[in-house]
Amino acid sequence: MTIENNVLVKLTEVGLKQRNKWLVKGVSLIVERGKIVTLIGPNGSGKSTTAKIAIGLHKNIDGNVEKFTDKIGYVPQKISIDWTLPLKVSDFMVLTDELDEEKINEALKLTGADHLKNQNLGNLSGGEFQRVLLARAVSKKPDLLVLDEPVQGVDFTGEIALYKLIKEIADKLNCGILLISHDLHTVMTATDHVICLNGHVCCSGTPKDVAMNNEYKLLFGEQASQTLSIYEHKHDHVHSNDGDIKKN
Amino acid sequence: MFDDFFIRALIAGIGVAFVTGPLGCFVVWRRLSYFGDTLAHSALLGVTMALAFEINIAISIFIISSVIAIILVKLEKNTNLPGDALLGLLAHSALAVGLVVIGFLSFIRFDIMGLLFGDILAVNVDDLIIIWGGGAIILIVLKIIWKPLFASTVNYELAEAEGLNPDRAKAIFTILMAAIIAISIKIVGLLLITGMLIIPTAMARNISDTPKKMVIFSICGGLLSVIMGLFSSLQFNTPSGPSIIAAALFLFILSLFRIKQSIQLKN
Repeated sequence: MTIENNVLVKLTEVGLKQRNKWLVKGVSLIVERGKIVTLIGPNGSGKSTTAKIAIGLHKNIDGNVEKFTDKIGYVPQKISIDWTLPLKVSDFMVLTDELDEEKINEALKLTGADHLKNQNLGNLSGGEFQRVLLARAVSKKPDLLVLDEPVQGVDFTGEIALYKLIKEIADKLNCGILLISHDLHTVMTATDHVICLNGHVCCSGTPKDVAMNNEYKLLFGEQASQTLSIYEHKHDHVHSNDGDIKKN
Repeated sequence: MFDDFFIRALIAGIGVAFVTGPLGCFVVWRRLSYFGDTLAHSALLGVTMALAFEINIAISIFIISSVIAIILVKLEKNTNLPGDALLGLLAHSALAVGLVVIGFLSFIRFDIMGLLFGDILAVNVDDLIIIWGGGAIILIVLKIIWKPLFASTVNYELAEAEGLNPDRAKAIFTILMAAIIAISIKIVGLLLITGMLIIPTAMARNISDTPKKMVIFSICGGLLSVIMGLFSSLQFNTPSGPSIIAAALFLFILSLFRIKQSIQLKN
């Protein structure tokens, strides 16, 4: 497998039918190195399904998936850790790959989770766990990061900081990111290309294009695009990791 | 000091404990205790096959258990029955068919109690070779598939997405389960094998906070159970297989006090 033209994964007209119902149909997308592609859409619109198709978790699909890398970091939407399994954060970090202490520390520090290293995974809060999940996915320096609602359970300031961080990671590792979110206006700053899904591709383009698109308005309501424009006007400051606000 | 048969029993039990420790952890983590039971019940059929066709008992059990495991996977895919119902169906059918076949083999003298509860004191040198040789192979294979198996135990999709091939690891693990049952049936018997897999591991869970510690404590617990069980069986003239499991239970109860302590420390 070689990486041509920086394309990491290419989906052509993919679809998945389960129990006589199309979960998604006719979705095409390309994730390139250094670019962030965001999937948005209402519940049940096939965002997670599309992401799983892209990394090969679904068999028997329609259409064509071309993967040009095996170095994938994945943050699934739902993950439950069983109490029967005693697992510390440091064990979890090396789940799918061998990593030395330094790399583990570096990755945990990057997502602001370094103080959790010796904690039991079962004792983490939802937000802390998301940071650890993200750190684990990043630690192996993947070519392609697939993040399914990576900031769920993270508080609002942390959320924006984490999206900023995701953008930084994409630049630093020069990897491609396939990001899933239900909320356009928080991912706004961190994305190059937005695909709005509702079982099929409803519209796509830059975040601004999508927000102004009529189909998007139909799907999310007039309010959504207004929120976005208001957000854009307000965007004159950044939230740092400790919750501090700095003017641009 | 001790008779030869007792030394052989100790060596056999220790060999089995080294293997049931790590395998037992996966049985507990992956919630496979009833699956272990089903394979063990089907071992009876394996024994009758061995007697009927005059082949090695361990090999025969291994083959039958593997076949039952494959049938289970096929049934899971092709029926709408829940997993535990299918396991019950296979476990009891295999047990019943095994007993029926024994009925036909009336020309063979057959120690059914030894089969059900183990006959560790009758272990011979060939058995020792099978236990230690087979055990070593099981442990080596487990070491090789450890990463994908463990990762998919934590989260199947993560393991699959990041290229670890969890399905293959699971299939190999199933074969290892059949193998451990085949080599340990003489030690604790088919009704108690799952106990040997689970009880020391349950004890280990109570006193460990990482997977590695749990595996080590599980092995230690199994070894202690075998040694305590065999000596007490000699001392009190009790059946050896059940004595080993009772010793494991005793260790588990002791480990409960450790949990109580750590909970008190937290508060």
